[in-house]
Amino acid sequence: MTSSRLPNGGSEIDRSKPLSFVFDDVEYPAFEGDTLASALLANAVNGGFRSPILGRPRGVMTSGTSEPNAFVEVSAPWFDPIVPATMAKAVDGLRSRSLPGVARLPESPPPERALGHHHAHLDVLVVGGGPAGIRAARRATEEGKRVLLVDEHHWAIRSQVGDVEVLTSAAVTGLYDDGFAVVHVREGGASRLCHVRAREIVLAPGAHERPIAFAGNDRPGVMLAGAAADYLDRFGVRPGERAVIFTTNDSSRAVAAALAAAGADIAAVLDVRDGAAVAETLGEDRVAGVRAADGRTLECDLLCVSGGWNPVIQLWRSVGGTVRYDATLACFLPDEGPPWLSVVGSAAGDGIEPSAAFWFVEGAEYSAHFVDLQRDQTVADVAGAVQRGLRNVEHVKRATYIGTAVDQGRTSGALAAGIVDHLLGTDRGAQGPSNPRPPWEPIPFRVLAGPYGGDLFDPVRTTPIHGWHIEHRAVFENVGQWKRPWYFPAEPGESLEDAVLRECAAARTGVAMMDASTLGKIEVVGADAAVFLDRMYTNAMSTLGVGRIRYGLMLGQDGMAFDDGVAMRLAEDGYLVTTTTGGAARVLDRFEEWLQTEWPDLRVYCTSVTEQWATIAVVGPLTREVLRAAGTDVDISNEAFPFMTWRDGHVAGLPARLARVSFSGELAVEVNVAGTDGLRAWKALFDAGASFGIMPYGTEAMHVLRAEKGFVIVGQDTDGTQTPDDLGMSWIVNTKKGDFIGRRSLHRRDTTRADRKHLVGLLPEEPGSLIAEGAQLVEAAEADAAPPVATIGHVTSSYRSAVLDRTFALALLTGGRSRVGETVVARSVTHDPIPATVTEPVFHDPEGTRRDG
Amino acid sequence: MQLSHPERNTPASEPDRYWRPAEPKPSYEVVIVGGGGHGLATAYYLAKNHGITDVCVVEKGWLAGGNVARNTTVIRSNYLWDESAAIYEHSLKLWEGLEEDLGFDLQFSQRGVLNLAHDLGDVRGSLRRVNANVLGGIDAEWLTPDDVAAFCPIINVAPEVRYPVLGATLQRRGGVARHDKMAWGFATRASDLGVDIVEHAEVTGFLRGPDGRVEGVETTRGDIRASKVGLVAAGHTSVLASMVGLRLPLQSHPLQALVSVLFEPVLDCVVMSNAVHVYVSQADKGELVMGAGIDAYNSYTQRGSFHVIEHQMAAAVELFPIFADAKVLRTWAGVVDVCPDASPIVGPTRVEGLFINCGWGTGGFKATPGSGWVFADTIAHGRPHPLGEPFALERFTTGALIDEHGAAGVAH
Amino acid sequence: MLLIPCPWCGQRDENEFRYGGQAGIAYPADPDALTDEEWADFLFMRDNPKGWWTERWYHVQGCRRWFDLERNTATNETRRTTPEGES
Repeated sequence: MTSSRLPNGGSEIDRSKPLSFVFDDVEYPAFEGDTLASALLANAVNGGFRSPILGRPRGVMTSGTSEPNAFVEVSAPWFDPIVPATMAKAVDGLRSRSLPGVARLPESPPPERALGHHHAHLDVLVVGGGPAGIRAARRATEEGKRVLLVDEHHWAIRSQVGDVEVLTSAAVTGLYDDGFAVVHVREGGASRLCHVRAREIVLAPGAHERPIAFAGNDRPGVMLAGAAADYLDRFGVRPGERAVIFTTNDSSRAVAAALAAAGADIAAVLDVRDGAAVAETLGEDRVAGVRAADGRTLECDLLCVSGGWNPVIQLWRSVGGTVRYDATLACFLPDEGPPWLSVVGSAAGDGIEPSAAFWFVEGAEYSAHFVDLQRDQTVADVAGAVQRGLRNVEHVKRATYIGTAVDQGRTSGALAAGIVDHLLGTDRGAQGPSNPRPPWEPIPFRVLAGPYGGDLFDPVRTTPIHGWHIEHRAVFENVGQWKRPWYFPAEPGESLEDAVLRECAAARTGVAMMDASTLGKIEVVGADAAVFLDRMYTNAMSTLGVGRIRYGLMLGQDGMAFDDGVAMRLAEDGYLVTTTTGGAARVLDRFEEWLQTEWPDLRVYCTSVTEQWATIAVVGPLTREVLRAAGTDVDISNEAFPFMTWRDGHVAGLPARLARVSFSGELAVEVNVAGTDGLRAWKALFDAGASFGIMPYGTEAMHVLRAEKGFVIVGQDTDGTQTPDDLGMSWIVNTKKGDFIGRRSLHRRDTTRADRKHLVGLLPEEPGSLIAEGAQLVEAAEADAAPPVATIGHVTSSYRSAVLDRTFALALLTGGRSRVGETVVARSVTHDPIPATVTEPVFHDPEGTRRDG
Repeated sequence: MQLSHPERNTPASEPDRYWRPAEPKPSYEVVIVGGGGHGLATAYYLAKNHGITDVCVVEKGWLAGGNVARNTTVIRSNYLWDESAAIYEHSLKLWEGLEEDLGFDLQFSQRGVLNLAHDLGDVRGSLRRVNANVLGGIDAEWLTPDDVAAFCPIINVAPEVRYPVLGATLQRRGGVARHDKMAWGFATRASDLGVDIVEHAEVTGFLRGPDGRVEGVETTRGDIRASKVGLVAAGHTSVLASMVGLRLPLQSHPLQALVSVLFEPVLDCVVMSNAVHVYVSQADKGELVMGAGIDAYNSYTQRGSFHVIEHQMAAAVELFPIFADAKVLRTWAGVVDVCPDASPIVGPTRVEGLFINCGWGTGGFKATPGSGWVFADTIAHGRPHPLGEPFALERFTTGALIDEHGAAGVAH
Repeated sequence: MLLIPCPWCGQRDENEFRYGGQAGIAYPADPDALTDEEWADFLFMRDNPKGWWTERWYHVQGCRRWFDLERNTATNETRRTTPEGES
């Protein structure tokens, strides 16, 4: 084995820039511009690879993305789990090892180096930097169009393209509708993604040479003829001293000539059109010769094979382009495609030499006639599948996995289809190429993810008071994209349970405050605002007086609870409505949809003001004391400022809108200030409350306080299948005001059943037993019954209550309202069965005496 | 020419021949429209359970080339509502005996399915589902984040990530199987029992009697008469149903999936996350098999939009830092027919002689044996099977929807 | 990534929009006059053709306006946009 670098030549290499790299623990020299494959061949290394299943020796077979054998893992200067040596650029200090097609993921991946996704808006994208691509790119550029030419190789084509913008080492990995292309740009170890939108895309990806299946066609030293020419021309490497050419077409003549000119002996040209063929290769770990079909033995160290050429049609087909079989060229050519896509050059069949349609050499047996080298699948395997009755190349692909390895069938797909045609006796081309599946080359997950990890995975929304919460040890929960304080440990390590009992007790007996700024807020203004809201909510908003506030429930068109909140009437023609934290965008979109698509006649304008306001709920019997201490010009007496009204004024010198709403049943005032004043207002109220023992509280205490009052949380006590009646809220359905969204659905057969699940309260028989949220309810007799057990409901909310000094829960229970006083059993995998008494869902102050202080 | 083959790809237990290619006869007792998994399973159980072998399955392309060839093979039965859990559990039980029943190696692997919870609402919903499953006799467990880390160490359970893992449900009997082999197994055994399987025959219309009843199908390979026609065409159901004037609550969307290049084993269970939007398993060959989100728009193109894949990869790397350097090898899309409540429609229709089985959306693969079993019974007896009754088309009129968006595996 | 022609903003990437399904499903003038079947038709039954149809899109990240678009579901080609309420 003496193949090596020629003294001169090699269009891609720069002999003035030597470098060295390591392959399988051995250091080798190379030149700038080499691929690992060309450098290994230059060092007379052809072999050193193994096949994945059979462990057969393998060597470099191609010079590009078709490579089925020569895979390496790169460990320095960057990590790449698997890349064909034919596509890996040699750089100084690179370390690599051969891989049998199965890669390894490092336990701790190297630190993040995700790059942003780039975008390019073009007139013309040209895919492929061969002669046809360069011609197309130059022409379009001359026409004044904005053009980008991309080529998957690192080859230096810039000098040939004039003013055209070029990306090399850049593969168009997929085409999508409307001229959208995804380009994977390899830049050393990092790589990035470029999203291209082009008015016109010109495909010039060339053609790939087909191998031929014969005995031992996988032995190192067997190389596609065009690849041998590439190594000579581009890298100045002569891949063998003595070559046999085995071909179906005239394209190999030039290869033979080039090899001869480079000093190689041509032992023979075996052309199937002359009845000649290679029956098998000879040798151990390398080709030492071939036995021809006529019985001759020919010594050689290189077997160049050409079974014809396949235009690269994968991208063309991926957006619906059709293909037709060309019998003369023995390949599929592009036919009809989308108007923005065209194909030029050999991908369109231009310049492809006519070829015999020849797929495999007949032999005594076929278990070493490799079709897919990377899957170690042979003609015998294809035949086995066909003999079992699989008559479609897609079925054969699935039975053998041919075409599913890293090269995605570039060398095996057409061969497999041709062999199936042959075995079935059908016309050549009857078996279309199997469906292409992007990407064209494998793309690292992290490149696809781009920068969208960690905090950028999804935007984080915080309130103006967030920093204060962090300083005060808040533990946060995610509510949609918002970070909300869940609870505030009084000292490090205080448990959720202890903190929440403390926070709730403060709200019930003293004073507490909560950041409610995340609640959605929408201004609904215009002459028809009242009419509009009457159609959106189950209850009437038109009858609400200016200065007053009303709770409202919205349903989906299916009649199920959708969102809730309060509406403040700001003026005759204006409201401010609140939504759940997670529902704000949904509700605004819904308002817009109905206004634009059903009722364009209504004069109503909706504006999201969620972030314009900071909202601070001050809750508890001492609320007025705190507000007075903070300083306010609003008369906050119950007479002047009754429940469910709002007043504009100042708090702590800041303009504020005060609202007498209560989600806890206690006296409460919601202080709304400009978002930019939020933190100042919060601090002022907190300082003013210090002497009253004010405590900040989080969402968990808020949930407990509202549950004690039986107030539902849409999304926790509901799951999209509850009508207002199911929730015991028939009172909020105004049947006189006219139609509203969801009303008709309340009168369907299933929504009027008496035995629907109703919201009820539960009091565990043992006051210290806490039922798990998500526990299922069963009849008392089935407390310990073995499954299957019929369930009759489930627990939606469950807490320890400071004010009740016991546990309690809310649940949805079949026919629940008629079962008050009965015992049911809550069963959960997280605790023993807990018997509980069914109650009304209001546990505290059912008369509502506390809300006025 | 006789070629020897060394049986490397097919276990010796499997039959020497798969299904026999058939020419359509002029008439049959039953015609099944759609040679995908559900259609083939229906034909098999018609023959096996009901002795109805005068059956023809017509397929417009190559057998099982639609969603069978495009899914991510997750099998589980841990659905929220009793009605769903019952039919999926029936299916899972059939899976547990299917290799023996069909005599095919389906590579059915009960490696466990984790469904991750990422916020407090997820935790409540997950526990609710686990408790419902356990009481319903379906295996289900609740795992804490530490349990999750022990069960699947490569999941990032660190509390500081954007949407931390707060726990997970585990169905140990859940897992994966070899999709193509399942379809070939049903096809081969149905064929053995006398069912005709006709590929490359596209249904272009329905034969109607004077009273409007369906009496067969018109196909690109000729008319085929039948007393009963079962429509099991997944994403293309609406197109076919519209030929008899039947409007359905279905929309057909692209659903994308992908595999990575081959890696040494790193993941020995199935992991799903609705909130962070991942579902992933590792095939025996070594590929990571992942599902992406459903594309928003209706389309029959069998291709989706690339940003859906990018979002999926961001989620995968977020949950599995070890995947950062993994490489996507192939992506593809199927066409899924989705109902408003993410549950299927199985049963008779108002058109006499026509039965439908559709709307399996993103979750049809796991249901294949159960769906075929129930649909075969429905066709054989001309009335809904008890497991199929809740899934009648009528539920859209009464309002008794079975809302499985939370459990359907793909968040909407 | 489809390219969606917004009638007000021009051609924009699909991920600026929210999909609204079949166009032209009008809210019934008098829902009470409908039988349960007719109401279910309005709520749930939709065309789902393979080919041209008219669908709704909402330019949620742009002008926040709804419009109708003709698109071929077999090829994803688009043809014509109409501001909502016009034809």
